[in-house]
Amino acid sequence: MAMQISFDSVTADYQIGPIRSPRVLDSIDLLLPAGSFTAVIGHTGSGKSSLLKAMNGLIIPYDGKVTIGQTTIKAGKNKKALRAIRQKVGMVFQFPESQLFAETVEKDICFGPLNFGVSLVEAKSIARVVLKQVGLEPSILSKSPLSLSGGQKRRVAIAGILAMQPDILVLDEPGAGLDPIGKREILQMITAWHKEKKLTTVIVTHDMDDVALYADDVVVMEHGQVVKHDKVRSFFTDVNQLNEWHVDVPQARSLQLQIEQETGIKLPGVCLTLPELADALIEVGIV
Amino acid sequence: MNKLILGRYFPGDSWIHRLDPRAKLVAAIYFIFVLFLANNWQTYVFLWLFTTAVILLSNISIRTYLRGVRPLIWLILFTVFLQVLFTAGGEIYVDLGPITISKFGLINGFYIFCRFIMIIFISTVVTLTTKPIDLTDGMNALLRPLRKLKVPVDELSLMLSISLRFIPNLLDETQKVMDAQRARGTEFGEGSLVKQMKTLVPIFLPLFVSSLNRAEDMANVMEVRGYQSDVKRSTFRQLSWQQKDTISLLVMAMLTVALLVLRSNGFGH
Amino acid sequence: MMSTTVVEVENLSFRYDKRLKENILSNISMTVDQGEWLAVIGPNGSGKSTLAQLLVGLIEADSGKIRIKNTVMDDTSKWKVRRHIGIVFQNPENQFIGTTVQDDVAFSLENLNMPYDEMKFRVDQALDLVGMSSLRHHDPSQLSGGQKQRVAIAGILALKPSILVLDEALVMLDPKSRRELLTVLQNLKRKENISILSITHDMNEAALADRIILLESGKVKNCGTSEQLFVAEPDLEPPFPELLRRELLKRNRNIPNEYMTEEEMVNWLCKSRLTV
Repeated sequence: MAMQISFDSVTADYQIGPIRSPRVLDSIDLLLPAGSFTAVIGHTGSGKSSLLKAMNGLIIPYDGKVTIGQTTIKAGKNKKALRAIRQKVGMVFQFPESQLFAETVEKDICFGPLNFGVSLVEAKSIARVVLKQVGLEPSILSKSPLSLSGGQKRRVAIAGILAMQPDILVLDEPGAGLDPIGKREILQMITAWHKEKKLTTVIVTHDMDDVALYADDVVVMEHGQVVKHDKVRSFFTDVNQLNEWHVDVPQARSLQLQIEQETGIKLPGVCLTLPELADALIEVGIV
Repeated sequence: MNKLILGRYFPGDSWIHRLDPRAKLVAAIYFIFVLFLANNWQTYVFLWLFTTAVILLSNISIRTYLRGVRPLIWLILFTVFLQVLFTAGGEIYVDLGPITISKFGLINGFYIFCRFIMIIFISTVVTLTTKPIDLTDGMNALLRPLRKLKVPVDELSLMLSISLRFIPNLLDETQKVMDAQRARGTEFGEGSLVKQMKTLVPIFLPLFVSSLNRAEDMANVMEVRGYQSDVKRSTFRQLSWQQKDTISLLVMAMLTVALLVLRSNGFGH
Repeated sequence: MMSTTVVEVENLSFRYDKRLKENILSNISMTVDQGEWLAVIGPNGSGKSTLAQLLVGLIEADSGKIRIKNTVMDDTSKWKVRRHIGIVFQNPENQFIGTTVQDDVAFSLENLNMPYDEMKFRVDQALDLVGMSSLRHHDPSQLSGGQKQRVAIAGILALKPSILVLDEALVMLDPKSRRELLTVLQNLKRKENISILSITHDMNEAALADRIILLESGKVKNCGTSEQLFVAEPDLEPPFPELLRRELLKRNRNIPNEYMTEEEMVNWLCKSRLTV
């Protein structure tokens, strides 16, 4: 069942070892409706990853509250709420393959479900199902995660999150470091699960083509604040505003803008993908 | 983790910060030895004045230094306690057979307590005001004569400097893996000891694997950039001995003279 | 003008596991000229990275020869050869040895036991070339991935090498840092006449090269300019303008059947509009 995510004037600090980053999140108000697919963009250090962590209770607000479905997290003790939230929100970190630890792929995938009290028999049957979902063969179950290729490790790690059967899927640059084909396959799988399982999906990405191709909505972060929350197509319309945020545009849109400038002809609509650009060029009769 | 003061560096630009690490190291080690000259209240008062002056010169709040003592306080008190119990002489306040609390015992205990605290304060001054890498360079320079004895001084200090450089990465990675496993339902610091130990496996194994990978990458990088352990290398980081460094050592010499004058001759009375 | 060859690879073969018959690389031959940018592309497991490791002498070939600046690479010559060829690896985090930017750049010079004044001069120069002079005292935790890779490049440039190998050095960077780094590389090639051999699966990066070599299961499958290669190899995913050209062709539009860069595409569209 799809769930909505809401931030109600959330402010938070973050601490790694002795280093404290104050106000990684600064009075954030945000509502991601149930079933939405949102891309979060912004510079390194703008608070994107912190926003994601707050969705999973890994950062607790010291002011304001985060509500996931019916569960609320705010400053103070949250033990029950955290457990509930972490079961509902599947969080895939950047380079998730670096958290694999078990002797076999099967044990690693079962780790999450077992932590949440699922029986071993059930966990194992879930493992088979999710492994298929990430496009891997069951024969891999008995192998050591360390023996796999980079792309396979990434899929196993994601399978470990899917195994918790979350209602919300939150991913921090799921395609980072993969070759273009591997990356596209991962993102297409995510889109497919999003539709099939009616998930609420959030991804962090630096690649505007990912935003254009896969997401419905976009959130721009800057200095720990949400500076824009918009539909993808209308977001890429105002190029001057995008420049101000130092946000790139998708390749199709970028070429569209160049063509419009050089030919002096305005193409109909905002082109975000290759077919859209081709259609527009034909429509105005440039080719 | 962030409570540990000893071994941390506080950026700053005080007179002490600007001293050469070699001068600081020599002075601190010398101070520990010279402490043993103190044997009466005059000498201790004098040493306290000196220590306070150094702390003030470092421009770091006294509270930071006190926090540095905190993790060691029980060890210090225990040692002082033993000293009090087992030193005899002077007026006796409590008598339990072999164990007595005497005047000398109390005085001695207090002196030992002062010595401990001053040693911690002065070593903390060094670490708080010197970048770890400069400390490494300083130690490397001071240990250089050991090269003649085939001690691999340069290799050791390069190892140390590379380890220092990766400490923040390791902290970062630990945090990341912990977050990732928490997201998969691990609860740290809950349940029985065995259960808690079990939650460490999903943390340490990934860290171990990534450290191994990193070590391999680093070894490759060092090799292609021409590092050979048995070949003489020059150093880009230069230490420069200045007048104030000489002055600091002169101050230490004067401290010694002052202590020799102030101390009572012979132990006891 | 005669161009000089800086890298010459002759019938190179390699396999990791001697018990296996399958070679990782078999009979690879190629050259890189002074000042040339060569991209090596190919699917995962095609042997690209193995080639890079062989070129800098981290592993030894089973047969064949590598000649860098006319010196044959072997176990004794490799230390000398490495003054002419440097490599930047994938993970920016694991390549930073020094505690500050300038210390890191000086590392390879220290290894040559170079006197301080000469080192200082070269470090300054190298940092300037990659645009990192102002950050010279920063420590790695204050740098972005792209900046770290620039420092790694400066560390190589300080040795005044003839050739720079990039082993998927841009993969872990965000698109913006990637573009910035590519500009730095283009400038280096132009101003310093340095050769670049970039191993990559990013076709936008490959398209910047003078020549592209396509590896497939350890063999050279094709080699040529981007114009030639992207037309001859329809399975490769080309840069965006070429994708658009193919899309238009699919829709029976009258567009020339040759590879186009972004500029060429825009220009052609301008002209075709005038003739409509």
